[in-house]
Amino acid sequence: MNFESQLPVLPIIIPLVAAPITLLLPKGRAPWAWAVIISWLTFAACVLELISVVQNGPTSYFLGDWAPPLGIEYRIDIANALVLLLVSAIAALVFPFAYRSVQLEIDERQSPFFYCALLICFTGLLGVTITGDAFNVFVFLEISSLSTYALIAMGARRDRRALTAAFNYLVMGTIGATFYVIGIGLLYQATGTLNMGDMKVQLEGLDNRMVQAGFAFIVVGIGLKLAMFPMHLWLPNAYTYAPSAVTAFLAATATKVAVYVLIRFFFSVFSFDFAFISAAFTWILLPLGLAGMFAASIVAVFQSDVKRMLAYSSVAQIGYMLLGISFATAEGLAASLVHVLNHALMKGALFMAVACVVLRAGSHSVNAFAGLAKRMPYTTWAFIISGLSLIGVPLTVGFVSKWYLLQAAFSGGYWYAGFLIVASSLIAVVYIGRIVELMVLREPATEGRYAIPAKDAPLSMLVPMWGLVAANIYFGVRTEWTGDLAARAAEALLATAGGA
Amino acid sequence: MEGWFEFALERYNYWIVIILMMTGLYIVFARGNLVKKVVGLNLFQTSVFIFYITIGKISGGTAPIFIDGGYGGHGDDHGGDHGEGYGAGDHGAANHGTEGHSAEGGDLHGKIDNLPANDLKAATDALGPAEEAIDAPSLHTAPTGVPENTLPADKVANEALTDAVKPADGFDVAGEAAADAAHGAEGALADSLSGVGVGEIIYTNPLPHVLILTAIVVGVATTAVGLALAVRIREAYGTIEEDELHALDNIAEFGHQAGAAPSPMSGAAGGAA
Repeated sequence: MNFESQLPVLPIIIPLVAAPITLLLPKGRAPWAWAVIISWLTFAACVLELISVVQNGPTSYFLGDWAPPLGIEYRIDIANALVLLLVSAIAALVFPFAYRSVQLEIDERQSPFFYCALLICFTGLLGVTITGDAFNVFVFLEISSLSTYALIAMGARRDRRALTAAFNYLVMGTIGATFYVIGIGLLYQATGTLNMGDMKVQLEGLDNRMVQAGFAFIVVGIGLKLAMFPMHLWLPNAYTYAPSAVTAFLAATATKVAVYVLIRFFFSVFSFDFAFISAAFTWILLPLGLAGMFAASIVAVFQSDVKRMLAYSSVAQIGYMLLGISFATAEGLAASLVHVLNHALMKGALFMAVACVVLRAGSHSVNAFAGLAKRMPYTTWAFIISGLSLIGVPLTVGFVSKWYLLQAAFSGGYWYAGFLIVASSLIAVVYIGRIVELMVLREPATEGRYAIPAKDAPLSMLVPMWGLVAANIYFGVRTEWTGDLAARAAEALLATAGGA
Repeated sequence: MEGWFEFALERYNYWIVIILMMTGLYIVFARGNLVKKVVGLNLFQTSVFIFYITIGKISGGTAPIFIDGGYGGHGDDHGGDHGEGYGAGDHGAANHGTEGHSAEGGDLHGKIDNLPANDLKAATDALGPAEEAIDAPSLHTAPTGVPENTLPADKVANEALTDAVKPADGFDVAGEAAADAAHGAEGALADSLSGVGVGEIIYTNPLPHVLILTAIVVGVATTAVGLALAVRIREAYGTIEEDELHALDNIAEFGHQAGAAPSPMSGAAGGAA
């Protein structure tokens, strides 16, 4: 019973136990401080976990000491250790950041509930990532989703449309989760197991219609959760009307975790022996990824609300990730994983910048951004740098992931996809450029609704935001961390899938 | 024709699942009232619960509650948790089991007596009830007697077969064919029985029950959150009809009712519902 052997379960236990305690704390600053401490502790556990996995290879932890396939297994390899680290790092930055923003946007009496829901959501996302049990994924998915509905609805204090957005997300999310459960049920019927590793063994040579149906249900269910292109309709409203800090947290984590689950099912549960896997790559992921890249980017150009614009951009970026997966090569998968990490860094920073603007200007309409460079220079530059990263300008992480993706596209023989990646990046230039032009070249409004004082965001917000911006540059220059680890993770995943 | 009918009837549970699922989804998409949407969602989830319960059912199995004195032990663990017993082989046993309930003893002998020489299926069908006869004591009386001297699957199956085939033997015409059929059936029987664990108490697979208990909790939580949101929407908008909510949002955003040219994003938002 030493510390090291219990390490894999800590990222779940710490926030899960801490969440209800939040409710007992006095309203105001205490719940926030508690959540921040918890997020840092969890982050530390995730760092230790990644180090241990990198050094000693995959670890597995038997919950309650019940050995799989009967018990629930937590299985951590490099791929999910990276996603764990990402989620906990974003939390460790967004939670401290949230204080002022939440103070403005949420009723103080609700603050214990808010941070409790935030911690539960955090637990759920980590749980989805860490677990090696297919049904456990569903449970954690719903833990995070249910708390997310509540968090989004808390935006109702500023805009009542948050309520309908949360409701629509609830309907879509529940349909997605239920589809996933149906898929798991069919696979259980075929294999008699729920453990992912065991399921893979049992599924070998079992290419019948039940397995195919199960696969289809799982892909559609997770597709709804990760806002795969035609199933993304819940996302823009949910991100737009949620409290700013919540948007920053969710945009950087929730869809990424769902992408991870999809990768896990494609490569660790099913394998290339199944003809329908490559059919899914060629006929579903590739076209939908490409369609999402363009359709969502073009819609983003015409938005008059910056948050909604960035939300549509998120849908487009998910297209890149699906595209990377659909190549079904080690490079493609690595590119996809790198983009999962990098997109979290840039979207997190962008939504944090928007949260700063909301704090001072009280709005996330494009009008509020006019002449922002003269009013809030630090926020403006954070937005510009992470915007450049989103476009894929060299020296930023965006460039790294686009570069990996292009390499994968050309080496995989999908040259047309390569050109389309570049073309859709040009659309990103348009929608980010539009905001940058407003911020830098326009004169700030001196009167009326959008007149804001020449006062930048408080330090408690600037520091975490610039932390993420610095990460955007650091990992854009030094790719050996993200790139190499992602490449190792991709190779391990492909090795289990028995592919090229 | 009859075979088709039986095929459909045997999958009664699955029809229920499909009908409930489609009804639920239809309500979610077609109804504008938010409470009705939540109820539709609930119906949709309920269909999945029934689906899972159906997966877990093992023919002749009792509820997965530990019966004192019965030595559930190994067989139960194996057949239950790993679900191997519930593969293809077991399906046959399941069907015959239900048949056996309705068929009376005399009937079954009659069936074998009238056995046409080439009807193998009839022979296996007739063997079904015989297998039920083995199952029955193990189910209801086993807790007292069986644990000590549990018979190996093969032995039981053989005994049953000789019993069932005896009358057929007397009949010259059926002789060979019935023996053949019996042979095939013996294999299937032994297979299915070893999967479930013969001579011990047969439990239905407990795992799907546990899973679905979890899913029910999740479903209840979802319904609660959905209804709570509907209450809040009602407080904020004064209505829970989706059309009216859209109209109110349009008025707030554009200053008029859903206009001639709604912007692309509000169109998309409408689609989400």
